[in-house]
Amino acid sequence: MRSFATRFLLTDDRRFWRGFALAGALFLVAVPLLNLLPGEGSALHLPNYMIPLLGKYLCYALLALALDLVWGYAGVLSLGHGAFFALGGYAMGMYLMREIGTRGVYGNPLLPDFMVFLAWKDLPWYWTGFEHFPFAALMIVAAPSILALVFGWLAFRSRITGVYLSIITQVMTYALMLAFFRNEMGFGGNNGLTDFKDILGFDLASPATKLGLYVATVVALGLSLLLCRFVVASKLGRVMMAMRDAEGRVRFLGYSVTATKLFAFVLSAALAGLAGALYVPQVGIINPSEFSPANSIEVAIWVAVGGRGTLVGAILGALAVNAAKTWLTDAVPEAWLFFLGGLFIVVTILLPDGLMGLIKRLRQTKAAPEAAVEKKHA
Amino acid sequence: MPDESLPIDEPTGGSQSAAGSILYLDGVTVSFDGFKALNNLSLVITPGELRTVIGPNGAGKTTMMDVITGKTRPDAGDVLFDGRVDLTKLDEAAIANLGIGRKFQKPTVFEKLSVEDNLELALKGPRGTLATLLFTLSAEAKDRIDQVLHLVGLAAKASLLAGQLSHGEKQWLEIGMLLMQDQRLLLLDEPVAGLTDAETAATAQLILDLARDQSLGDRSLVVVEHDMEFVRSLGAKVTVLHEGSVLAEGSIDAVQNNPRVVEVYLGR
Amino acid sequence: MKALRLVLVLASILCIRPADAWAADAPSGDFESAVKALNGDSYDDKIAAIEALGALADGRAAPVLQAMLDGHLAALPDQSLVISENGAYRDALTGAILNDVKADDLSDITINNRVRGVLDGVLGQLSLKSPDPDARRKAAQAMADRRTPGAAEVLRAMLAGETDASVRSTVEAALGTLDLLSPDRSRRLAAIAILAGSSDPNVKGQLERLQDGEKDPELRKAADKAIASITFRLTLINVGANLFQGLSLGSVLLLAAIGLAITFGVMGVINMAHGEMIMLGAYTAYVVQEAFVAWLPPTVIGLYLVVAVPIAFLATGLVGIALERGLIRFLYGRPLETLLSTWGISLILQQVVRSIFGAPNKEVANPAWMTGGVDMTGGFTLTWNRLVIILFCLAVLGILAAVLRYSRFGLQMRAVAQNRPMAAAMGIRTGRVDALTFGLGSGIAGIAGVALSQIGNVSPNLGQGYIVDSFMVVVFGGVGSLWGTLLGATSLGVVNKLLEPYAGAMLGKILVLVFIILFIQKRPRGLFALKGRSIEG
Repeated sequence: MRSFATRFLLTDDRRFWRGFALAGALFLVAVPLLNLLPGEGSALHLPNYMIPLLGKYLCYALLALALDLVWGYAGVLSLGHGAFFALGGYAMGMYLMREIGTRGVYGNPLLPDFMVFLAWKDLPWYWTGFEHFPFAALMIVAAPSILALVFGWLAFRSRITGVYLSIITQVMTYALMLAFFRNEMGFGGNNGLTDFKDILGFDLASPATKLGLYVATVVALGLSLLLCRFVVASKLGRVMMAMRDAEGRVRFLGYSVTATKLFAFVLSAALAGLAGALYVPQVGIINPSEFSPANSIEVAIWVAVGGRGTLVGAILGALAVNAAKTWLTDAVPEAWLFFLGGLFIVVTILLPDGLMGLIKRLRQTKAAPEAAVEKKHA
Repeated sequence: MPDESLPIDEPTGGSQSAAGSILYLDGVTVSFDGFKALNNLSLVITPGELRTVIGPNGAGKTTMMDVITGKTRPDAGDVLFDGRVDLTKLDEAAIANLGIGRKFQKPTVFEKLSVEDNLELALKGPRGTLATLLFTLSAEAKDRIDQVLHLVGLAAKASLLAGQLSHGEKQWLEIGMLLMQDQRLLLLDEPVAGLTDAETAATAQLILDLARDQSLGDRSLVVVEHDMEFVRSLGAKVTVLHEGSVLAEGSIDAVQNNPRVVEVYLGR
Repeated sequence: MKALRLVLVLASILCIRPADAWAADAPSGDFESAVKALNGDSYDDKIAAIEALGALADGRAAPVLQAMLDGHLAALPDQSLVISENGAYRDALTGAILNDVKADDLSDITINNRVRGVLDGVLGQLSLKSPDPDARRKAAQAMADRRTPGAAEVLRAMLAGETDASVRSTVEAALGTLDLLSPDRSRRLAAIAILAGSSDPNVKGQLERLQDGEKDPELRKAADKAIASITFRLTLINVGANLFQGLSLGSVLLLAAIGLAITFGVMGVINMAHGEMIMLGAYTAYVVQEAFVAWLPPTVIGLYLVVAVPIAFLATGLVGIALERGLIRFLYGRPLETLLSTWGISLILQQVVRSIFGAPNKEVANPAWMTGGVDMTGGFTLTWNRLVIILFCLAVLGILAAVLRYSRFGLQMRAVAQNRPMAAAMGIRTGRVDALTFGLGSGIAGIAGVALSQIGNVSPNLGQGYIVDSFMVVVFGGVGSLWGTLLGATSLGVVNKLLEPYAGAMLGKILVLVFIILFIQKRPRGLFALKGRSIEG
């Protein structure tokens, strides 16, 4: 058992576990306490609006983590991960719509408002079952996974790699965006799904529910990080990395490149779906713009900023870029696109290993003189 | 280039049958945009045989390797493994899992992984995704890796990244990976390209050891090489390829005295 | 392509202008007195005056009668008549502008329905004699549509003296529709025979109505045949219209994709800012238009587009060269990094344009010679702007193909694309060739932007709408093949438009995208794949 833990959870990596515990303490203990304990006026008080905002960042971090698994390790740069995120979000949104029940504007017990507005008589067949949370929870993971399985199988089997793959993943999300914009699709068209009331019986407007969703997001992100580490530390993880660097050679060793890529792609899509599902109740809406290709490309830059192929870097990158976005779009709105565009250029040219690479380099330069000093003393 | 005056002679392989062979190529033709990289190529390798293949640039040596390992599909012809398995219907991974291993012309190792990890990935064993995910290294497997590390002289560099190795070390690491796979047929594409004389001699010895050590069952080797001294030192049957088909076959001396081979190599 | 545009401009000046200068007839007292009589005491007097004017066949009568019909004719206290147009007044007799007329002094010349009917008829007859064939055609058609009694006789008389072929065919068709109602059986039969050649849905309706009331079996049979042949022709026209729409869309896609076929196809650079090059080209057109409006006389405004094309080519070409030298050359061989950093460029360019020109759409007007179109039969119009763009885009493709094929630069470009080290060894300055190639691709994107400004609004995110489509076209057609790009663009455009009537615009587009995704599975290297020994290890 000990060897299993060492092997798959990398318990030997002290630095990671120290950071993991620290981050856990910060996000799971400090944030809720600062929100709950100090009074409204206190300088230490974390205002209520910050909780869903932090929750949103962490959802993005989970999405970035998912992309890092396929891009950083398996070498598949998907520029359509927003589609998996949005599908998970829509699955959650459908559950939340059914939860509204008779409290909608039209008070229809069966049909969501937008269907009543379109003069629909029946609930479309694919909406059945979404009133049950377990079924919706299953679909949150299943819908993106199935799309990833079918799409990935078609693409990887035909050995579509590199930029070609990136382009057709973009086409995938673009086509889905056009499809979800159509009212006939039965997902609320342009407006998407919104006006949610509660989740599992808890009022979405109440601060306690918001805190609960935030905590759920932190836990989901932590567990996903451990799962991804387990995967990349396994032999399969090394096959992925080998495949990323010399795909043909892996085939001649007898490994199926298609199956390995599919595994990473589907797992990643499922995590992206989970991220989308946690995102929707915290921001209160899901609409087709989540499918837009630009969104998916932005995820790639979060990963690149953090440092791809590091998992933790993806999370840091997503948090850093989104915090900067919130601050900049408020302070100097015109500057945001300059900043984001510049980030794309600076990171790819000057910081190919991202923040993680920078940290590593700093640590090495700091460690080097120390080692030299030790040598002298010896 | 030659040559319409040459009579097309029946390649020696054509008359033999697939039965009892480890590798059987018959009438294999591959063309790229009208250029025939392989032209009605026939070749038979028997179990346990060491065969060297020589030929000028563009003779089709690498394309032949590509066809055998499933990288290129032939336009016509039969490619059989073990006298019965049709290799033209299988992909690279399936062919590798049948027992055919390949070393590339340009050493291809996984540069971002350690030397040890390179060997572990090559280690014979289940290749399924789930099996790979849950794989743990057994004690015997660890021993096997150490054994091969010593054999290819990389024991001291086991935890280095493969990318940090020298060219010769990469060549040897790749041979080591072939050994880990424990294949029945090894295809070595220019294993001594870019090596020093001492390294070349050591490589020749390693190949001869491999061919002689048949303790684990029949193991056949096909070595493609330019270096005539190296080919001579192996002392095996030589096949000369020219313009995608077999020009001559026999001992190194017989081949070197063959007037047509001389003509092709030296020009008219 | 500039020459082509020039030809079109000249053509428009020469032919499309209505021939408004009809010869001034000799001033005659008859005309003057007849015009004065229009202000007669009774309606009968007025009608007599109108008919007198009609009989004079004087060209000057038409505007006066038209003004009377429109209620714009009025009398001054001195009984002379004036025509009011948009607050200005001119003398009805001489056409001279009158400056000292006060609206209060005027008394309107009233008409009733009877007068109106007579005016219509006389105006029609006057137009039948107009020197402008277009006006004659319209008048004949109007007369047939109104079914004025005796119209058939008038038209028959006109036909006898008519020499213009297009007018003749219109008059014959108009006559046919009138003759369908004729009591004379042979007239009806002849009319059906003539109308069978029509492709007007109205004529088809008239024939069907005739069928309902017709007893004569021979006539019924003839009508049957005529209806069938019209229906067939209408279907053809419908397909033709869809094809034209498709070709038009295809040419837009092609224009957007040609530049990409060079930067992506030939150089292998994934330029996500390609759409922004198109957008910059469109804004160049806007700026040139504004400059023409501000500094040049309005008579030459129509030429702004001709000027905008080379300027846009140079401007975006320079931006492209700067981009290649400043960024992309550091990323050769790293396509994913190129993709991400050029995406960054595209965001920045969008924001730059938004900061300079503002976020709202800018309008770039079609020059006069590109507005309107040719009315084809069956209510289908070949609009000039679309037609010009199709031709323009073919010209761009042709010139580009020639440059690649025959020029020294094209040769160097292909050499560098195929084997960079070898090209460098032969003394080709590969860096310079790279920069110029990228500049060429970007410049063509800029030209595409000028063309796109003619069919839609110009906004900072104009390019975003085309980037996915352009990549699709290049990938579908086969990377590195100009002809593949041509075929890819036209087939995608046509398929898109042919699907639209059945599936709707959005679903049609989705179907096309799904089709391409599936197609790439089968032919990962596109329609015109270059087969060869695999490049990788």
